[in-house]
Amino acid sequence: MDYFDSPAEAEFRARFRAWLDANNPGLPASSTDDEYWARQAEWHTALFDAGFFGLSWPKRFGGQELPAVFDVILDEELAFAGAPPRPSLGYLVQGITEHGSDEIQDRFLPGLISGRERWCQGFSEPDAGSDLASLRTTAKPDGDEFVIEGHKIWTSYSDVADWCLLLARTDSDVAKHKGLSAFAVPMDQPGIEQRPLKMINGITNEFGQVSFNGARVPAANMIGAPGEGWRLAMTIVSHEREPGELGYVARYAKTVQQLERAVQFDPPAFTARQREAVAWAQVETEMLRLHVCRRLSERLDGIEHGPGGSVDKLLMTWTEQTVGAVALEVAGADAVTADDVALRTYLYSRAQSVMGGTSQIQKNIVAQRILGLPPS
Amino acid sequence: VDTRLTPEQAELQRSARQLASRLGPATVADLDDADRSSKLRAAVLEAGWLELRDEAGDGAPVGGSVEAAIVTEALGGTVADVAFMGPVLARDLLRRAGAEAGDDVVVGMTSTLDAPAIWPDGAAYAVDGPADAEVLVLVPRDGAFALGRVDAAGPGEGADLTRGVRPVQVRTSAAPVPGARALDADDLLRWTALGLALTSADLVGVMRGVLDLTVAYAADRKQFGVAVGSFQAVQHLLADAHCLLEGSISVAQHAAWAADALPAAEAVEAGRIAKAYCARAARTVCETAIQVHGGIGNTWECMAHVFLRRALLSAQWFGDDGAQLRALADTRLGAA
Repeated sequence: MDYFDSPAEAEFRARFRAWLDANNPGLPASSTDDEYWARQAEWHTALFDAGFFGLSWPKRFGGQELPAVFDVILDEELAFAGAPPRPSLGYLVQGITEHGSDEIQDRFLPGLISGRERWCQGFSEPDAGSDLASLRTTAKPDGDEFVIEGHKIWTSYSDVADWCLLLARTDSDVAKHKGLSAFAVPMDQPGIEQRPLKMINGITNEFGQVSFNGARVPAANMIGAPGEGWRLAMTIVSHEREPGELGYVARYAKTVQQLERAVQFDPPAFTARQREAVAWAQVETEMLRLHVCRRLSERLDGIEHGPGGSVDKLLMTWTEQTVGAVALEVAGADAVTADDVALRTYLYSRAQSVMGGTSQIQKNIVAQRILGLPPS
Repeated sequence: VDTRLTPEQAELQRSARQLASRLGPATVADLDDADRSSKLRAAVLEAGWLELRDEAGDGAPVGGSVEAAIVTEALGGTVADVAFMGPVLARDLLRRAGAEAGDDVVVGMTSTLDAPAIWPDGAAYAVDGPADAEVLVLVPRDGAFALGRVDAAGPGEGADLTRGVRPVQVRTSAAPVPGARALDADDLLRWTALGLALTSADLVGVMRGVLDLTVAYAADRKQFGVAVGSFQAVQHLLADAHCLLEGSISVAQHAAWAADALPAAEAVEAGRIAKAYCARAARTVCETAIQVHGGIGNTWECMAHVFLRRALLSAQWFGDDGAQLRALADTRLGAA
């Protein structure tokens, strides 16, 4: 057991710290500001071009083939420098790697990883949230293409995406989760219309709604076999639940650092309760950092993504919502008069227990698949 | 960075957990089984675990802080009623002072249990020591601390049914410990870091043990014709408890490593973070256990309260979550 950097890790840390010192874009937190989303692509390509993105992914797709724990170092240094978190798209890479053919991987992974081609994920629908398998968007064959009809929601980055990883029904005659297939759909075409979805904290650039009215996708863009869409979706959502994949620890640590600075600036202005709350936010954030260290170390035994991702997602949710609530508590009345950063941080945190699968669903998974309790 | 247990550490964990489940109390009635508890004591002695923090040469201990935490966690997992953490912490302090290890010895804590007692402060307690243990106290001398010995008095009392808390006999003078050097602030910080790491490890064990017990009960107990563990309301309580256990493992394991590996102040901070998290989590997990056991969970015969009681003592020993958060705030935010 060793939490110290190996020589290779120490070298990487020093190199990244030096690069970050000169290249920190000083973006606001993704949870409070549209500016982050507007400039995320730029940040992504800057990280990638310097060799600091896609650390654990294959070199032939632009990755660095480093052990997953290097991402812990990256996140620690981002947090230490108060830099924005790395873009979260590891789950799409895992999904395409696990289910896509060699042709699909060669065609799409390099652009996805380099940030030159941007992606959104078309899974949820207005009537298919937790019950994702009941989705109604259809893809019907027409020559060597499929024609898509339907409506997707909670589609992150749909406004800037070149591609949509779409889950659609290709067979209505089989059980609901067996009739789904996945496609890489080009977003720039007349049959697709996207509208921003404004969140409770005022952000408009993160989520969108997308309508497909006769949109077309080449049959060759199907990812995995016909009917493999559900399994691909489960691969993606299980990774989407892992804080190690998402890199959110850096975002929480940045907020905690800002809260600590606010108190340090004028200690007598804060009550004992507020001080303890800030300390608790730090405890939760540190717990999540160490938990990610542990999870990514376990990957040295080989990648495994099972129900454990649901545990990680719940711990991440509790951390984000603690940090959000503490931001509100430290701001006090300012949160409803002047300090809209605290208010927006808090409001954004409420989404964490819903996005990527609600906490209720995660608890069902933990209880039945980890604790072995009987289905209800 | 590789946080996995080494093969030797994994082996120690296996054997310690095996011993703890073979000889720890399985029922509340087992707590009165003197034959079993003396076998448990003998087995722990035989395994050599009490010597883990004794000097192995060059001032280094026989076993690392991680190894001590592994045994602590295993014993917590079955609420094993054997003095372990108390003697090991005392022997760790004796090693730091360059003195001989004593067999039945424990460090006196102040009446708030969060720091070592400083002579001649009257009220002190010996936590988790054998019945007739000698008690170490700190004796201020020239800006540092000498080690003194006093006696524990009276039978073990207190909330925890598995480890004694004995009032300390105050004398007008404390007998000096032969061969002991003075301890400086750094020695005491390192010792505190170990105490925080071990109490956190005990809490992790308690959570693991009580959750196993409770999940098994929920799967077995039937109401409305089905297992109560099939109800979502019950499942969500247990899922929450499982996540708290997992988060606790992650912080406690780091604190155990930090106690020997990091500079003293950083080791204490890692310990405080772990202790704050584990103390809160253990309280919730044990309360969940009582809730899921229903009426039975509120009876003396149910093991759930034995786990909760042990968690209450481990939470207070070296300071509870509130104490840790106040200390963290003072260190990181500046004095109020």
